[in-house]
Amino acid sequence: MKFDEFRDNDSLELFKKPGGNILLTTIDDIIDWGRSNSIWPLTFATSCCGIEMMATGASRHDFARFGIEVYRASPRQADVIVVAGTIVRKMAPVLKRLYDQMSEPKYVIAMGACAVSGGPFYYNSYSVVRGVEEVIPVDVYIPGCPPRPEALLYGVMQLQRKIKLETMSDPRTADTQRPKKEIDPETDFNNYQFGIR
Amino acid sequence: MTELINVTEPDKLTDQPEDQDKLTEQLEEQEYIINMGPQHPSTHGVLRLVLSLKGEIVKNIQPHCGYIHRGIEKMCERLTYQQIIHLTDRLDYLSAHHNNEAVCLCVEKALEVEVPERVKYIRTIIDELGRLASHQLWWCSFGMDLGALTAFFYGLRDREKILDIFEETTGSRLLQSYNCPGGLMNDIHPNFQKRVKEFITYFRKKLPEYDELLTGNVILMERTKGVGFLSLEDAISYGVTGPSGRASGFACDVRKHHPYSAYDKAEFKEILYTTGDTFHRYKARIDEMWESMKILEQLIDNIPEGDYSAKMKPVLRLPEGEYYQRVESCRGEFGVYIISDGNKTPYRIKFRSPNFSNLSALNIIARNFKIADLIAIGGSLDLVIPDIDR
Amino acid sequence: MTNDQLKEKITAIEPEAVFSENKQYLTLSIPKEKLFAFAEKLKGSEALKFDFLFNITGVDRQKSLEVVYHLDSSVYRHVLVVKTETTDRENPRIDSVCSIWHTAEFHEREVFELFGIKFNNHPDLRRLLLEDDHVGYPFRKDYVDDNIVQR
Repeated sequence: MKFDEFRDNDSLELFKKPGGNILLTTIDDIIDWGRSNSIWPLTFATSCCGIEMMATGASRHDFARFGIEVYRASPRQADVIVVAGTIVRKMAPVLKRLYDQMSEPKYVIAMGACAVSGGPFYYNSYSVVRGVEEVIPVDVYIPGCPPRPEALLYGVMQLQRKIKLETMSDPRTADTQRPKKEIDPETDFNNYQFGIR
Repeated sequence: MTELINVTEPDKLTDQPEDQDKLTEQLEEQEYIINMGPQHPSTHGVLRLVLSLKGEIVKNIQPHCGYIHRGIEKMCERLTYQQIIHLTDRLDYLSAHHNNEAVCLCVEKALEVEVPERVKYIRTIIDELGRLASHQLWWCSFGMDLGALTAFFYGLRDREKILDIFEETTGSRLLQSYNCPGGLMNDIHPNFQKRVKEFITYFRKKLPEYDELLTGNVILMERTKGVGFLSLEDAISYGVTGPSGRASGFACDVRKHHPYSAYDKAEFKEILYTTGDTFHRYKARIDEMWESMKILEQLIDNIPEGDYSAKMKPVLRLPEGEYYQRVESCRGEFGVYIISDGNKTPYRIKFRSPNFSNLSALNIIARNFKIADLIAIGGSLDLVIPDIDR
Repeated sequence: MTNDQLKEKITAIEPEAVFSENKQYLTLSIPKEKLFAFAEKLKGSEALKFDFLFNITGVDRQKSLEVVYHLDSSVYRHVLVVKTETTDRENPRIDSVCSIWHTAEFHEREVFELFGIKFNNHPDLRRLLLEDDHVGYPFRKDYVDDNIVQR
C-alpha cells in the first residue's frame, strides 16, 4: 500500500472514535493467542521426569499438536522451562541462572513431585531443595512421580489458558487486574481447549 | 618458550606475516578450557564436563558430578527395607526394576527366604522387557545426539508398547516398584503373556528397521567406526561393565557368570566384541536386544503356577552381618551392599552404580579425539546421571 | 575356586590377614599400612589375579572409619572382600590403590568427600559430588545439617 493511500484510508477514522481502545484488547488477544500456541520449552531435565517429557514429545503423545513445537537447547530461545526432576543445592544456582537468561515473557512448569515439593526426597535428605519455587517463580504445578505424559499435556494446556488472560500493559498480573470475562463452562471451555477465543 | 603476544590488545599486532605466524603458533600451543554442561542436551542430564582443548582435539576431560546428588544412601539409613525399594527406582530410572530386584534379592538372601519359582520367572521377564525399553531409548537418544532425529520417533514408538505392558501389570509406566522383599506386589495381569508374545512378534519385524535406518548409515559409520577406543585392560581396570565393557571384550555379564532369578534356565549368548570402539558399543546393545527377545521367548510360556510372593513378616530385621548382591542392569553391573546391625533399618547401604565407573573411563576413551566425537562417545556409554550421583 | 582354597592361597602370601565370618564372600581385614603391598600382590599373583575392583565403600563404625574393597577376578571369577580401618577420626589417612586399579580414583574421591578419609598418593583428590563450600562429611553418623527434615 502506498503511503498516500494509507493516509486516505477510511478505516483510520475508526482510531479517533470513542471506544478505540477496543483495538488494544484485540491486539492483546492476538498476541496471547500467538504466544500461547508457540511455547518453546528448554531442554532441561535432571532426572526421571525428563524421560516422561521425552515420551511426551515423541510419537504417541506428540506435544507439537499444542504448539510446543521444538525443544530449545539455549535458554535465550526458550519461552518455558519445564523443571523435570529433583533440584539439589548444587544445581539451584545453575537453575536460577538459566531462568535469568531466558527472555521475557517466560514461564515455569514444575513437573513432578520433586520439583513441586521435594517429593520422595523431602525427609532426611541433606542436599535436596524442597520445591523449585524456593528458587524461581512457578506458573503451573504438575503432581506425579513421574507424571504421565497426559498430565504434562494437561499442565501445558493450563499454562496456555493462563497466557490467554494476559494484557500487554501488565502481563504478569493479568489475571487479577483485568476484568474477568465471564466464562460459560459449557461453550467456552471447549474453545479454550482448541485455542480459539 | 617463545615470547607471548598479548592477544587481548590486537591493535599492537602488526599485519606482518611473522607476527601473524607467531600468533597462530602460540594459539595452537595453548590449551583452551571450555565447560560442557550442566545444562547441555547431549550429556543426557546434568553432568558437567570441563574440557581442555587444543584446537578441536580434546586433551583432557574432568567430569564434575553432583548436580543431582540427593544422598539416597544416607536417606536409606533411616528407612525400612520395604521403603528403600521406592528410592532405588529413582537411581537409574531406566533400569528401575533391576535396581529393585537387587535390593530384594539381597534382603531375601539375608533372611534366607526362598521365593517361589513363579516370582523368579516374572522378575526375569520384566527385567528383560525393561532392558529392551532402555536400549530402545538409548538408541533414540544416540541417534539424536548424532543428528538423526527420525530415530527418536521410531524408538519411542516401539517403547510405548512395552510401557503399556508394564502399566497393565505393574501399574506404572516408568518407575514400577513392582518388587518387594519376598516376591512381587501383585500377580501378573491375565493379558500379560499374550501381550508380551504379541510384542515380540511385532518387535522382531521392527528391529531390522533400526538397522536399516541407522546401522548401515554412512554418517553414523563415519562418526563411530574407529572413534573412542577402550582396550580390554583399561576396561577391566576402570571397571567399565555392561555393553560398553563387553564391546572391549570384558566378559562381565552378571547374568551369565553369577546367575540370579531365572537366568540359569534360559539359553542366551553373552555379546562380546574385541574392538572396543564407539561402533561396537553401539552394536553390542543392538545385539543385546535380540538376546533379550530370545530370553523372553524361552520363559514366557513356562511361567510356573504358584504364589506371587513368599510369606514375609511385616517388619523385616536383617540378621547382623554384611550382604552383597550383584545384578546386571541395563548399563552394567549394579550392586547392593547392605551392612546390618540387626535393626529394621540398614546400618549402611551402598549402591555400586555402573555409570559411576563407566564415567571414570570417559577421559581415557575420548582423549585425543575431536570434540564432536566426544558427543558420540558419551552417547555410546549411555550414562544416566542420577545413577552417578545417587 | 572355593572360599577355603582361596583362604589358603591368601594366607600364603599374607599371613597377617584376619578372616571374618561371611557366608557369601571371603572377607578379610588387613592393617592399613600393609594394604598397598597386599593389593599389589592380589593383582599380580598368577593364581589369584584380582584385576577387577568393583566397589569401594566407606563405613563409619563410630569408633573407627572403615573402607571396604570388593574384588573380582575376570579370569577365575572368585570374589574377595578386603577391609581396612583407621581409628583417627580427625585426620584419617589410608593408602590409595589408584595405581593398581584405575577405577579407584573416582571411588576414593567419593569416599574422601563423604567420609573425610584422605588417600595418600591419590593423583587428584578433589570434591566430586557436593558444593565447594560444603562443611562436614555427610555420611558420617555424627553429621548434623540444618537442612535435614528428620522423620
